[in-house]
Amino acid sequence: MAKITLDNLAHSYLPNPTSEADFALKELNHDWVDGEAYALLGASGCGKSTLLNIISGLLHPSQGRILFNDQDVTLAPTAERNIAQVFQFPVVYDTMTVRDNLAFPLRNRGADASYVAQRVDQIAKMIGMEAELNRKARGLTADAKQKISLGRGMVREDVNALLFDEPLTVIDPHMKWELRTQLKSLHHEFGHTMIYVTHDQTEALTFADKVVVMYDGRVVQIGTPQELFERPAHTFVGYFIGSPGMNLFDAKIDGATAQIAGVSVPLGAGYRPAGGKVQVGVRPEFIKLSAAETGVPARIKRVEDVGRHKIVRLDVAGHEISAIAGEGDSIAADTHAITFDPAGINVYADDWRVAPEGEAA
Amino acid sequence: MTLILEGVSKTVGGETHIYPTDIALEKGTMNVLLGPTLSGKTSLMRLMAGLDVPATGRVIWNGEDVTGMRVQDRKVAMVYQQFINYPSMTVYDNIASPMRLLGQSRDEIDRRVRETADLMKLTPMLDRKPLELSGGQQQRCALARALVKNAGLVLLDEPLANLDYKLREELRAEIPKIFEESGSIFVYATTEPEEALLLGGNTAALWEGKVTQFGPTPSVYRKPVNATTARVFSDPPMNFLKITKKGGTLAFGDGQTVDVTDGARNLPDGTYTAGFRPNHLELSPHVAGAMAFKTRLTVTEITGSETFVHLDHHGERWVGLVHGVQALQPGQDLEVYLDPAHVYIFGQNGELVAAAPYAEAA
Repeated sequence: MAKITLDNLAHSYLPNPTSEADFALKELNHDWVDGEAYALLGASGCGKSTLLNIISGLLHPSQGRILFNDQDVTLAPTAERNIAQVFQFPVVYDTMTVRDNLAFPLRNRGADASYVAQRVDQIAKMIGMEAELNRKARGLTADAKQKISLGRGMVREDVNALLFDEPLTVIDPHMKWELRTQLKSLHHEFGHTMIYVTHDQTEALTFADKVVVMYDGRVVQIGTPQELFERPAHTFVGYFIGSPGMNLFDAKIDGATAQIAGVSVPLGAGYRPAGGKVQVGVRPEFIKLSAAETGVPARIKRVEDVGRHKIVRLDVAGHEISAIAGEGDSIAADTHAITFDPAGINVYADDWRVAPEGEAA
Repeated sequence: MTLILEGVSKTVGGETHIYPTDIALEKGTMNVLLGPTLSGKTSLMRLMAGLDVPATGRVIWNGEDVTGMRVQDRKVAMVYQQFINYPSMTVYDNIASPMRLLGQSRDEIDRRVRETADLMKLTPMLDRKPLELSGGQQQRCALARALVKNAGLVLLDEPLANLDYKLREELRAEIPKIFEESGSIFVYATTEPEEALLLGGNTAALWEGKVTQFGPTPSVYRKPVNATTARVFSDPPMNFLKITKKGGTLAFGDGQTVDVTDGARNLPDGTYTAGFRPNHLELSPHVAGAMAFKTRLTVTEITGSETFVHLDHHGERWVGLVHGVQALQPGQDLEVYLDPAHVYIFGQNGELVAAAPYAEAA
């Protein structure tokens, strides 16, 4: 296991980058703590694969260093980094049995036969393929092959880190549950440093101790799922995490009060004057519907029943916003206004969160 | 416009891919085929489209038997998981191509292309090539090609599966609006229960080549007629446990009993399977008469607003989805609560014998 340090790291695919916009990965300093599970989350093209490829050694960064346990590996080839990788699509030897596929990374490094047998049994149990150990991989479903790939990624106990690149894309929702839970148990049990790249918020949040959110080549927030949910550092984090994402209201801020759509809204905390485009962000979970005349004027457009709760779409000053109501809640047709739970209010200036006065940095 | 399948089945070699199926789809409806991979969604769509000839049964289109009629001779459009566009043509020409094949007039083609592009928010991109577009825009272009010719039957086979999560969310919200404006019959295949709920309309649950239930989506979700449908239409999966009914009480595996719920009153005494959804499990009793279960916590997963708890209940694996962030340690004992109003009861063959009282009230 290893601590992984990114020191002044940046990457451009252009030979002579001149401006920040030329960098696919903007400058980044970060320690990946030994034994933690991280998710790298972002939309296509945000730079998350670039970062993963630099860590694995498939790509040499155009600036900065990468260290494993304080040792510089910036230019070291992948094979010398002692990492295991699992990709989006299965990498499996069709002509080998499931057992031999799982044993391959161990035999390749000369592990002794009794250890290989015991470890392969353990991994097979974890991925639920004990019954198929002696059959050839050829003809197995994509699901089963990807389970073998995951098993192969995890079979070695002595790796510095485990890197996963969208490993569950080809897996059915029901099986995703199984595999994600197993990965998580495995992490508890063995304490590997894990880095898991995905565009799926549920996968990222449920898998990781800390989620690294990337947007346009930049890391915009690193935090626990709770921090990302309650205190999004950037409006992108508010939008990308949560389903539906955070609502944004144009606002004027005066101390502990915001003016939204012509109405005064208490913020629950005081703010210093901020420049630029000022907005108030409130997640759908923190919005209450009100039949009274107090609150921000709103009109119901439609209600979507998604089973365990309802999503209420409302019109507020010409913008669509969303609120979440319980499965059994009835939605009053005479809803005139919405109110906010002050615990769920954040203030943004030019898309970055402004800390209220008195908040510990 | 109606599409009726009468006893339609499909076999390949000796293997049955679709068991004899009866289903009727009406004009202007959204019909979701929900099931895991290999449950028969694509096979059923191909039979509807006429891409495959059924082994048995008849396909009736507007009262006319079209079994065996070639797909080219039917008014069908299909969109696949992979975006299929012509890379060398502009977005305009891509959208126009299905109409040009039908030999329609230049004016009519231009009117429809612009109308459809507007609906799919592609108007500013009409002069670009598909590869200059984002993934979401490419799939919008493929959807526009399916919509432009006003086909009576539009088949969408997991059309959003290859898109980023957030793009999927956006298009998913738009698709029901698009279909409201066209009078076609839409069929939409997905593996995701939440997608079915968001699309609304009707849902057919599929499992191993059989349609296990077909009806209005919220009703299939809240009143599954069997345990298979309940399992297919629950993500995370529904939890199950064995129960015994004796007189006026239901006894659970760990010895506790509760008063029999309304729907179960007339059931003969015997052993049944109770099922409940993960989001109905709670960490504190919210109603009088809630059942309490002693479990062991195996894993927690925190999403920020909610926590998934994976539990071991005397060897049964359960999942709970509870509000808020819960600081719990794997391996600890955890008492969980369940309102009997949220319990479904299934018989020996998996058929529903008593719906959850809350669903009956809904």
